[in-house]
Amino acid sequence: MMSQTADLDALEARLSAGIAAAADLKALDDIRVAALGKKGEVSLKMRELGAMSPDERQVMGPALNGLRDRLSAALDARKQVLEDAALNAALASERIDITLPARREPQGSLHPVAQVMEELAAIFADMGFAVAEGPDVEDDFHNFTALNFPAGHPARDMHDTFFMTPGADGVAKLLRTHTSPVQIRTLMNNKPPIRIIAPGRVYRCDWDQTHTPMFHQVEGLVIDRDTHMGHLKGCLIDFLAAFFETDEVEARLRPHHFPFTEPSAEMDVRYERVGDAVKVGSGDRWMEILGCGMVHPNVIRACGLDPDEYQGFAFGMGVDRLAMLKYGMPDLRPFFEPDARWLAHYGFSPLLQANLATSLS
Amino acid sequence: MKFSLSWLKRHLDTDLSIPALTDAMTMAGLEIEHVEDPAARLAPFTTARVIAAEPHPDADKLRVCRVDTKDGEKQIVCGAPNARAGMTAIYAPLGAYIPGLDFALDPKPRKIRGVESHGMLCSTKELEAGEDHDGIADLTGDWPVGTPAAEALGLNDPVIDFEVTPNRPDWLGVHGIARDLAAAGAGTFKSAPVGIVAGLFPCPVTIETDWPEACPVFAGRVIKGVKNGPSPDWLQRWLKAVGLRPINLLVDVTNFVSYDRARPLHVYDLSKIGRTIRARRGAGEADRFEALDGREYDPASHHCVIADDTRCLGLGGIMGGMYSGCTGDTKDVFIESAWFDPAITRVTGRETGIDSDAKYRFERGVDPESVMDGLELATALILEYGGGEPSEVRVAGKAPGRLAAIELDIARVKTLLGLDLPPQRIEDILTALGFKVTRGAVWTVAPPSWRRDCREAADLIEEIARIEGYDKLPATRLSRPEGRLDAPATPLQNRVRAARRAVAQRGYQEAVTWSFCHHAQAALFGGAGPGLRLANPISSELDVMRPSALIHLITALEANARRGLGDARFFEAGPIYLNDQPDGQRTVVAAARRVVASRDWRGGAAPDVFDIKADVLAALAAAEAPVDNLQITADARDWWHPGRSGVLRLGRNMIAEFGEIHPRVLKALDVEGRVVAFEIVLDAIPAARKKALKARPALALSDLMPVRRDFAFLAPDSLAAGELLRAVRGADKALITDAALFDRYAGQGVPQGHVSLAVEVTLQPTGKTLTDAEIDAASKAIIAAAEKAGARLRS
Repeated sequence: MMSQTADLDALEARLSAGIAAAADLKALDDIRVAALGKKGEVSLKMRELGAMSPDERQVMGPALNGLRDRLSAALDARKQVLEDAALNAALASERIDITLPARREPQGSLHPVAQVMEELAAIFADMGFAVAEGPDVEDDFHNFTALNFPAGHPARDMHDTFFMTPGADGVAKLLRTHTSPVQIRTLMNNKPPIRIIAPGRVYRCDWDQTHTPMFHQVEGLVIDRDTHMGHLKGCLIDFLAAFFETDEVEARLRPHHFPFTEPSAEMDVRYERVGDAVKVGSGDRWMEILGCGMVHPNVIRACGLDPDEYQGFAFGMGVDRLAMLKYGMPDLRPFFEPDARWLAHYGFSPLLQANLATSLS
Repeated sequence: MKFSLSWLKRHLDTDLSIPALTDAMTMAGLEIEHVEDPAARLAPFTTARVIAAEPHPDADKLRVCRVDTKDGEKQIVCGAPNARAGMTAIYAPLGAYIPGLDFALDPKPRKIRGVESHGMLCSTKELEAGEDHDGIADLTGDWPVGTPAAEALGLNDPVIDFEVTPNRPDWLGVHGIARDLAAAGAGTFKSAPVGIVAGLFPCPVTIETDWPEACPVFAGRVIKGVKNGPSPDWLQRWLKAVGLRPINLLVDVTNFVSYDRARPLHVYDLSKIGRTIRARRGAGEADRFEALDGREYDPASHHCVIADDTRCLGLGGIMGGMYSGCTGDTKDVFIESAWFDPAITRVTGRETGIDSDAKYRFERGVDPESVMDGLELATALILEYGGGEPSEVRVAGKAPGRLAAIELDIARVKTLLGLDLPPQRIEDILTALGFKVTRGAVWTVAPPSWRRDCREAADLIEEIARIEGYDKLPATRLSRPEGRLDAPATPLQNRVRAARRAVAQRGYQEAVTWSFCHHAQAALFGGAGPGLRLANPISSELDVMRPSALIHLITALEANARRGLGDARFFEAGPIYLNDQPDGQRTVVAAARRVVASRDWRGGAAPDVFDIKADVLAALAAAEAPVDNLQITADARDWWHPGRSGVLRLGRNMIAEFGEIHPRVLKALDVEGRVVAFEIVLDAIPAARKKALKARPALALSDLMPVRRDFAFLAPDSLAAGELLRAVRGADKALITDAALFDRYAGQGVPQGHVSLAVEVTLQPTGKTLTDAEIDAASKAIIAAAEKAGARLRS
């Protein structure tokens, strides 16, 4: 019996060495068949158990089972090692230069004017303003007469109006010189209370360093029974702080004249020049930023409402100028002459949606 | 409007500094455009006495001066030929900035040819204070050493330029400015009435107002024996300060009254005019005259002229004639002081192209009651400085009456401004501005003759707010309206937003381009709509409203390509114009890119029509167009490539066009190469039905595997692939969920004029697994549908 167990020890040592030395899966499988296959050495020995005495069987049974289990485990372990090595070799052969460039995707962008218009819509929506629109090609009534520009008044000259050649009906239309006609269209078609902003294209016959024949304005209008000039001031100060995204904005209201408001005012913001750029909020200079006032009784009348019953305010400002002030463009003209480099530099991500919950810009 | 401080002080007692005064002006609505304060610019410079001027040991043209200055005795090297002992010169200390030379002296003394110079003696040109550049300033007068140069040069009178709003013609006179500034607390208004000069003889000229609408009142008087020399120094200085050139006493006095009282006058040489003078309608060529600007005019019958019996003497309120104007030899004069209608003056000014100080004032509205004051003021000045004998004043017609008194409920001050003001303060403000206040339950406020802009309570409340100061207005928060706020954006606005982002995400840069274009460009894109040609374009290149947003995008691609940016992609969301009616405008999203192959180490490809088709469909999907229901036809309009473009329609409505731009159009636009583009009319997309509930219907998913079957069809070239796919999809609408084209082949094995189209059809069983018989039946239906469309199964 002693010699039988000693034989097993020798067998195990030989097979274990073979497993450890197997160079590939094929060699390993050959060893498995030679040891544990139907006619394998270990299997044959286990078949001999039946012919043994009970005493012998009691010793040799567990010994052979133990040997079989250890060899199985050694085979599995070696198989894992060989498979890992094979995979690593395969992966090594698939290596590429990952510094090669990815396919270039062109970067789209949104225009700063559109961005600022969306910022305005977000800020004023929070104060209950809807966004109203109207046509660019207007008539004299909506652009001037209803806004209390008397026929032949010099204030009309100051608008540098573009006129159309008369159409089939013999009436010459014009290009709106401001977004204020939207006030008239809104007032004539809606009952107060009214709160709107009206952004859009406007046109004046002027082209130099700081003027283009087309630019953008946003008009604001509030009409109800009790909105007064203090609300105008408060609303605009709140707007400027929200728009410039700072508490530092300092604004002042100063008398001015517009035919369609009475009292009329302009609002200035404090600023300083830092190099070529303008910094709003500090410094000792004032810059005009918008025109505003209480809606003129004649405008309210022209829209079929009673100025003793309804009152409110209106304001108007240049969207392009707001964009320049906030985002630092030094020149207006490239706004309307598309240049891929300018648009890439001053444009905005298409994923940005100006809003008050995340941020305006 | 310009005025100098000393001129203002003629009407306003004030000791405010220039910054305080300009602040007061700003807050009273007189918007400052520019302040020219020579004293500030000349602050470093003072008078100095030259004690000795010796030749420089090493330079013939230089002198070494010993100079008595405010800083003590200094040695200064000077190159001026007129430097001499005993003269009073202007001294610049070391470190001073010399405006005329645009540099600053060194802060440390510099050696000039070996001799130290401790400052500089300046010419008036170097100080930007004159033109005598032959040498240094040689001051006359006994100025103590250290007198500010501005004072010694007579330049200590700051000039303020401000914007006159069209409602305030009274600010076109210094007198009117002073009144407002006094009301605003900047000083005391000197409102002494203008004295009356007694006439010594009856006015020999008869005056008639033949056209009272244009000229309701016309006053005049004669002064005989005037000596028309130069006007006095103070007057010349003031006129120069506001940018007027002194001419002679008579002209200068009329200019003075115009700027002092906003009251234009005209002076005629009495020897050149008849004894009856009248304001009447122009008579065309018969009235042809040469005006003071040297040009000839033919006044029309809706222009107002001043004429005697033989000729037209000038355009009333605008410009006089050369013939009857005053010269240095003029002795006897007739002074006209009339009132001309603003609207008629404006039309005449516009039609003749004359822009004079008189026209500028009359078209804005001159105080009708200033006729006599202006005449008397001018008379007094002419008599004082030119002598002569005045006639009595003759007046024809009657000045227009004042505006009606305004009813003012002073409670409105609070409700309109949100500002509480005591009634006394309200009355004080109005009174200081010249209004007559009668208190009562409702006040009655009579505007003064010069305030023709004040017609109702709101106008008075503006005056009250303006003078009290807008800084006193409360800043009241405009709170959100009560209750729930609907998102205010309209469906179209949301579509624009979404479509813009979809296109930008696909690599296009958003541009904003002109709404107008050249008519020839418009013609390439269907032509400008009716009524959309500009009468006064800013440039001939931009003379019609654009019928398409593609025009400027395409030309911009070319401009960028010429700058080396050949692969730009641009889009625009903006208007196009069909006609001049309020509903004649559309909102489009247009995009364009050049057909340029991208270069990439894995192989690049040029974009084709199917790339731009994917872009347009992405934009449409973002804009919530029913993309699956769109029909595609090949009948895009003339500016598209006839074989490589398409129209996307919903029913009869054209929603979008896409494809290659016609090469002829590109050539006409001077664009090289090819361009693919699309244009979507967002307004044409029908509004989505608004759902009351946001919840979506329950999701019904089948557990059963979909079955996929491939079919290869042989189709003639004439059959649109889209038609075949539509037919296949329609073969069994309940079962077929998709039919996708996965191969298209023409060539060997396919008959001439045919293509092979391979389609993968997805069948989605519901309820139970499909049997072979059911799948067979579906296949037969698909093949039959394809045959009906004109294709047959490829064998």
